[in-house]
Amino acid sequence: MKPPVFDYAFVEHLDEVVELLAADGGEARLLAGGQSLIAMLNMRLIQPTLVVDISRLPDHDFITLKEGVVEIGCTVTQSDLQLWPGLAESLPLLKRALPWVGHRQTRNKGTVCGSIAHADPSAELPLCLAALNGEAVLYSSRGERVLAAHELQVGTLETACEPDEMIRALRFPRAVPGVGYGFGEVAYRHGDFAIVAIAVLASTEGVRIAVGGVSEKPEICEWPLMEDRFLNDALNDLAWKLGTTEDQHATAYYRRSLIRKLGRRVVGEALACVG
Amino acid sequence: MRRLNAGQRHLVQFDLNGKLVSEESEPRLLLSDFLRGVLGSTGSHVGCEHGVCGACTVRLNGRAVRSCLTLAVQANGERVETVEGLARDGVLSPLQQAFRRHHALQCGFCTPGILMSLAELLDADTDVNEKSVRELLSGHLCRCTGYGNIVRAALDVFAEVSATEPAPDA
Repeated sequence: MKPPVFDYAFVEHLDEVVELLAADGGEARLLAGGQSLIAMLNMRLIQPTLVVDISRLPDHDFITLKEGVVEIGCTVTQSDLQLWPGLAESLPLLKRALPWVGHRQTRNKGTVCGSIAHADPSAELPLCLAALNGEAVLYSSRGERVLAAHELQVGTLETACEPDEMIRALRFPRAVPGVGYGFGEVAYRHGDFAIVAIAVLASTEGVRIAVGGVSEKPEICEWPLMEDRFLNDALNDLAWKLGTTEDQHATAYYRRSLIRKLGRRVVGEALACVG
Repeated sequence: MRRLNAGQRHLVQFDLNGKLVSEESEPRLLLSDFLRGVLGSTGSHVGCEHGVCGACTVRLNGRAVRSCLTLAVQANGERVETVEGLARDGVLSPLQQAFRRHHALQCGFCTPGILMSLAELLDADTDVNEKSVRELLSGHLCRCTGYGNIVRAALDVFAEVSATEPAPDA
């Protein structure tokens, strides 16, 4: 349970980061908060030759309101975002989801961008990015490119981010009037990995539901607004489509019943907030 | 940019409980092991070493963090507080006294981490209630399962601290 040996670079400029990433042939790993990375190092699941510490990169601790989006820089911690005064108004889904992200003691160091880069299939922030269809701003020595959540998220602990690229910032779409937001999760202990996590956007037009914890990446489904009994059928179909995996944490049967019951509750919550 | 080579020791300096400490560390050494093994500050305990149990929790620049998920080199130039810094001049802090009053520790293994998390909560949050204390404690495992008394101690000391807070113009 001790990390393997690695070189450690402490960088103070964005270009130094991408130079190191490009030079190291994909063997370097970025450390922002380290709340997933250092656990993986301790368990020796990864053995990078170089760890690049970007935690004190200047000018990247921003949370900026822009046209239609909130842009969050790569050194912003999950606690920073939780304490941001504009959270409830601009990102009500994240306001609901953040208390479920790890524990306060890990949110104090863990970054928002880091969680997206880590891409754990049961993690809440990738689920919210997918539900809102936000974007990631990727940066490398080749320049900048922007990927939508569905282009970025490709599988378990895997993103479309190339080995020489970093996630410089994220863009979460701002709350839209007439849309209600809901979030719910079941885990063994508050803050543990989700067995099932659900994020919902609802309006008088329809429902967009994102389910995490059941497959390799967040799964999205959209339905027109429907009567209650049809909603139950739709959730049941979704449960059978997604929740068929069994592991040491939960049976497939349990996952399917969570999608049905938790799904119902979270859709109800989101509909109740439609302004 | 500062690059530290693997396998070599590099100078690490930080403020530990108000005193400057200065020792050498390899890049891969965890802050928990640096505190305990290099500095001999064994108050912080090591349980799971992957961020789950919370026994190693310390305050880094005021915020409660896992010292097993922090590299010693990351603490360079920062401010670290551990359980050893809570008591002043041999007098237990109000939080520690409340733990004693409420029998909030049994074997005591998880206690140093829990105290540091609660210390942050008491300093930073204006509204401390049973829900927020229990949510905070979800980041700690007490295998004596003594959570009830820990919650009572925390609420007791918060009531005490709020009651004695000086008026703004004092």
